[in-house]
Amino acid sequence: MELETSQTQRTLSWTARALSALQLDGPLLTGIGLIAAVSLVVLYSASSANWSVVGSQAIKFALALVVMIIIAQLPTRLLMLTAPWLYGVGLSLLLAVMIKGEITLGAQRWLNLGFVRFQPSEIMKIAVPLLCAWYVHDRPLPPSFLNIFVIALIILIPVGIIAEQPDLGTALLVGAAGAMALLLSGLQKRYIFGLFSALIPTTWIAWTYLLHDYQRRRVLTFIDPSNDPLGSGYHIIQSQIAIGSGGIFGKGYLNGSQAQLAYLPERSTDFIFAVIGEEWGLIGLITVLFLYLFVISRCLYLATSAQDTFARIIAGSLGLTFAVYVFVNTGMVTGLLPVVGVPLPLISFGGTSMVTLMAGFGILMSVSGKRRLVGH
Amino acid sequence: MFTQRALVAAGIISVGIFALIVRLIWLQVVRYDYFAEQAQGNRVRIEPLPPGRGLILDRNGVPLALNAPSYQLEIIREQVTDLDTTLAGLAALNLLDRDNIATLKRDILHRRSFEGVPVKLSLNEEELARFAVRQQDFPGVEIRPRLSRKYPLGASGVHALGYVGIISEADQKNLDGNEYAGTTLVGKAGVEKSYELELHGKTGYQQLLVNAQGRRVETLGGKKYQLERKEPTAGNDLFLTIDERLQSAAEEMLHGERAAVVAIDPNNGDILALVSTPGFDPNLFGRGLSRAQYLSLYENPEQPMYDRALKGVYPSGSTIKPFMAMAGLYYNVIAPEDSKFCSGSFHLPGVNRPWLDWEKKGHGSVNMVKAIKTSCDVYFYGLANTLGIDRIHDYLASYNFGLPTGIDIEGEKKATLPSTTWRRQAFKDKAMQTWYPGDTINVGIGQGFLTVTPLQLAHATAAIAMHGKRFQPRLVHAIRDSVTTQKREIAPVALDDAKSNDPSNWQVVINGMEEVVKPGGTAVVAFSGVPYTVAAKTGTAQAFSLAKGQKYNAAQLSKRMQDHALFIAFAPVEQPKIAIAVVVENGGHGGSTAAPIARRLFDFMLLPPEQLAQQEAKRAAKLEKEPSTSAASDE
Repeated sequence: MELETSQTQRTLSWTARALSALQLDGPLLTGIGLIAAVSLVVLYSASSANWSVVGSQAIKFALALVVMIIIAQLPTRLLMLTAPWLYGVGLSLLLAVMIKGEITLGAQRWLNLGFVRFQPSEIMKIAVPLLCAWYVHDRPLPPSFLNIFVIALIILIPVGIIAEQPDLGTALLVGAAGAMALLLSGLQKRYIFGLFSALIPTTWIAWTYLLHDYQRRRVLTFIDPSNDPLGSGYHIIQSQIAIGSGGIFGKGYLNGSQAQLAYLPERSTDFIFAVIGEEWGLIGLITVLFLYLFVISRCLYLATSAQDTFARIIAGSLGLTFAVYVFVNTGMVTGLLPVVGVPLPLISFGGTSMVTLMAGFGILMSVSGKRRLVGH
Repeated sequence: MFTQRALVAAGIISVGIFALIVRLIWLQVVRYDYFAEQAQGNRVRIEPLPPGRGLILDRNGVPLALNAPSYQLEIIREQVTDLDTTLAGLAALNLLDRDNIATLKRDILHRRSFEGVPVKLSLNEEELARFAVRQQDFPGVEIRPRLSRKYPLGASGVHALGYVGIISEADQKNLDGNEYAGTTLVGKAGVEKSYELELHGKTGYQQLLVNAQGRRVETLGGKKYQLERKEPTAGNDLFLTIDERLQSAAEEMLHGERAAVVAIDPNNGDILALVSTPGFDPNLFGRGLSRAQYLSLYENPEQPMYDRALKGVYPSGSTIKPFMAMAGLYYNVIAPEDSKFCSGSFHLPGVNRPWLDWEKKGHGSVNMVKAIKTSCDVYFYGLANTLGIDRIHDYLASYNFGLPTGIDIEGEKKATLPSTTWRRQAFKDKAMQTWYPGDTINVGIGQGFLTVTPLQLAHATAAIAMHGKRFQPRLVHAIRDSVTTQKREIAPVALDDAKSNDPSNWQVVINGMEEVVKPGGTAVVAFSGVPYTVAAKTGTAQAFSLAKGQKYNAAQLSKRMQDHALFIAFAPVEQPKIAIAVVVENGGHGGSTAAPIARRLFDFMLLPPEQLAQQEAKRAAKLEKEPSTSAASDE
C-alpha cells in the first residue's frame, strides 16, 4: 500500500517536473486535454461514425499541441519583439487577400501557401492582443486618450478588413481580443461608458453601411427565426430542436436523430454544441460548459499571477477572448445570439482556429511560466 | 487594479455561463415536449400501405375479378443522366407514346428527384422483355411491381361487374382522402363501384425514417430504429348471384348483337345472368386507355359501354300482355272464360283509323288463355280500353314498372309507365298534356308511351312465377370478411306483393303463358321437346327511329329499322327456379331470336348434367348444319 502510494507520488512529481521544465501548466493542459477528448468522441457521432474525420481531428490536435509547446518555450522578451512584426505580416496578408479578392470578385479569406491553406485573419487573433499589450506595457497606466486612440486603430483596421471579407465571426473575435487587452490595461470607467454609448451610433453605421445583406438577414432571422424556416432561420430552428429534444439526459450517443439524419446543418463544425445537447442532454452540456469555465478560470488565474504588465495583459486578454469564443458559439447555437460563423473552441472540426487557440495557450504558458523562474 | 478587473471579468463570465444554463433549462426541460415532438415530426414520415382489393366471385366461386401483380415503368430523376434522351429512347422502344413525352416530363420534374414516377402502367411480357434487353442503357429507369385488377373472363359480365380505373378528380370528391392515400384504382361502374366500401379494405401505414432531404434511410447512427407499421386490411370478397355458366352461354349466343338478357331466381331476387352486349374488356381501364381505345369505346355506334339491361328503355311489346290480363282480372272487368271475337282489327267509337291485329285474318273467338297463347292484339286492345290508363298504371306499378327495381348497383333507369297524371307532367305543351283513349289502346299491347327495361321485365316475370311474391333484384348474395374469413349471407329483400285479389288469377295467366311454348303458341320451336314446364311470352316492339346525329349507313339502317325482339319466360312452372327477360335490338321476332337464349339458360339451370351435355351437343350439331337458325311461328 505504502509502496504504491509513494510510487504514485513519485510519478506525479516526475510529471510535475517535466511540465515545469517544458514551461507547461498542468491544470490548463488537463482542461484542454479533456475538452479535446470530448471533441473526438462527439465528432465521431457528428460525422455519422466517420473514423477519418476523428483521425484528422486527432492529428490536428497533435500538431497544435506541438505548436503550443514550442511557443511556451519562447522568452517573453522575444514575444514582445515579435509583436509589431507579427501584426505587420498579418495586416499585409489581409491586404493581399483583399486585393486578390477584388480580382477574383468574390469572398476571399484563404491564403494558399501550397502546402497549407490558412486564413490570415487567424493570425490577427493573436497579433492584435499581442500588439495592444506591447503598446501599453511601457506607457503610463491607465492609458491616456491618445493611447486609447492608437490602440483603437490597432484593433479597428484589421477588424474592418476582416468584416469586409466578409467574416463577421472572426472580426468579432479579433475585436474582442483587442478590447479585452484595452480593458485589462486599466481603461478608466468613463471611457468604458463612453465606448458603450459610442456603440449605439457605431451599430447603426455598421448596420447601414458595413454589413452585407446576408449578415443583416441573419440578424433579422435571429430576432424571429420562424420568418424564414427554410432559409437562414433553418439553422437556428433545427439546432434548437436538437438541443430541446435532447432533454435532461439526451437521446444517447449516436442516437440524435437531428444530427444523424442531417437535419442539423454544420453539425461537425459550428453547430456541434447542438449535437452534444441532443445526444448527451442538459447534463452533457453543463459538463462541457464547466470544462470551459475551468480552462477560462485557470487562464485568468495564470494572468493575475503573472509578473509584468505585458504578461498580465496578454495572458488575460487571451483567456477572456477564449471565453468570448465560447459565448458567441454557444449563444448562437442556443438561439441567444445571432448566427455568426464562430466554431466551438477546441471541439468543432477544423484546423486553423485550433492552431491559433493552442498558440494562444502557448503564449499564456510562456508568459506565466516566467513567474516561477523569478520566484525560485 | 489588474486583479480587480480580472475578478470582474470572471464575474461577468459566471453570469454568462449562468444565463446559458438558464437558456438550456428552458430548451431542454421546460420546452422539452415541444422540441421532442418537433424532432419526431422531422424524421418520421408516414407512408400509406394500400390494401388488396376484395375479390369478386360468381355464385359457384368462379373468380370474376382478382388482383394480379403487374409491372410498371418508373423513372427516378436523380439517377437519370439526361431526361430528354431517356424519354426519347423509351419512345423509340415503343414503350411511351411520343405525344405524351412533354406531359410526362412535366410530371417528372414536378416530383422530388428521388421519387419513382410511373411513366407506363401494366407492361405486358413482350414490353418487359423489350425493356429488359436495353435496361443498361437507361439508368434511373426501373420496373416496379404493383397489384393491379384483373378480370380473367374479360368482357364477360362486364356490365354487372363493372370495372376499376384510375381515381379521377371527380372520384376524389366522394372518397375519404386518408383511406385512399395509397390507392390508385377505384370502382367506376357496376358491382365494383356500388360495393366500393366493401371491396376497398382499410389502408395501413408504415413509418419511414427520412433524412433532411426526405430520402428514406434504414438506420439511425448505425442502429435500427423502431418504426411503427400497421398492415392494411384487405377488402372483403363478394359472392355474386351471377352464374358464370349462364352468363357466358347467353353472351356466346348473342355474338355481340345489341341485346340484353336478365335471368333472375324468383325465390330470392338473385340475378343469375345480367347480359348486355356488345361489351368491352374491363382490363383496359386498369392500364390506362390509349386514344384509339377510348374512341372505340365511347364513339362506337354500338355503344358497348351502355348497360342495356339496366338502362336500355324499350317498348315492352306483347310481353306486357300477361300483366294486362292480370289487371283485367284484378279490376273484375273480364273473366278468364269470357270470349272475345277477333276479326283482325279493333275500332274505337268515333275514331276512323282501326287498330290492326298482327294476324291480319284475325284469331276468331278467343278467351284469356288463347289470347295470351296466340298473342291476340284485338283482345288486349279491348281490355285496355275497358280498364283505362290509370287503372293500368296502378296495377302495373305494383310490379315496379315505371319505377326502379332497387337492384344493388347504380344506374338503373325507371322507364315510363304512363298515366293521365304522367302525361300532364311530361309535356310542357298544353296540347300534348291530354291523354286520349287511343293512347290507352296502344299501351294495351305494349306500344305507345309504355316502356320497360329488361331488368324490370325480368323482375315482373319472376313476380308472376311466384304468384305475386317479389324480391328486390340483387347481384351480391354473400360477403366474405377478409379478417375472419367468415362468409356472411345477405338476406333477400322481399318487396310488396304484386296486386292480386284472387289467387286463382295467377294460374289463368300462367296457363296462357304455358300454352305459348306448346303447339300453336308463338315460341313453340325454341322449346320443342323441353323436359320441364315453361311459361313464356314473346314480344315484338317497333324500333326507334334513327337517333339524331347517327351516321346514315344503308346496310345499318335496314338492320336498325327492324323490330326489337323480346321474350319473357320462367320455369319450371310448379316450382320456379329461373325467370328471364331477353331483348334483342332489331332482332325481329322474339320467338326465333330471343327464345332460344332463354331455352339454353333454362337447360343450364334445370337439366341434370348428362342431359345438359346431350342437349348442348345437339345444339352444337344444329349450329354446324345451319349457322343462322331461323324457324319461327311468331305473332
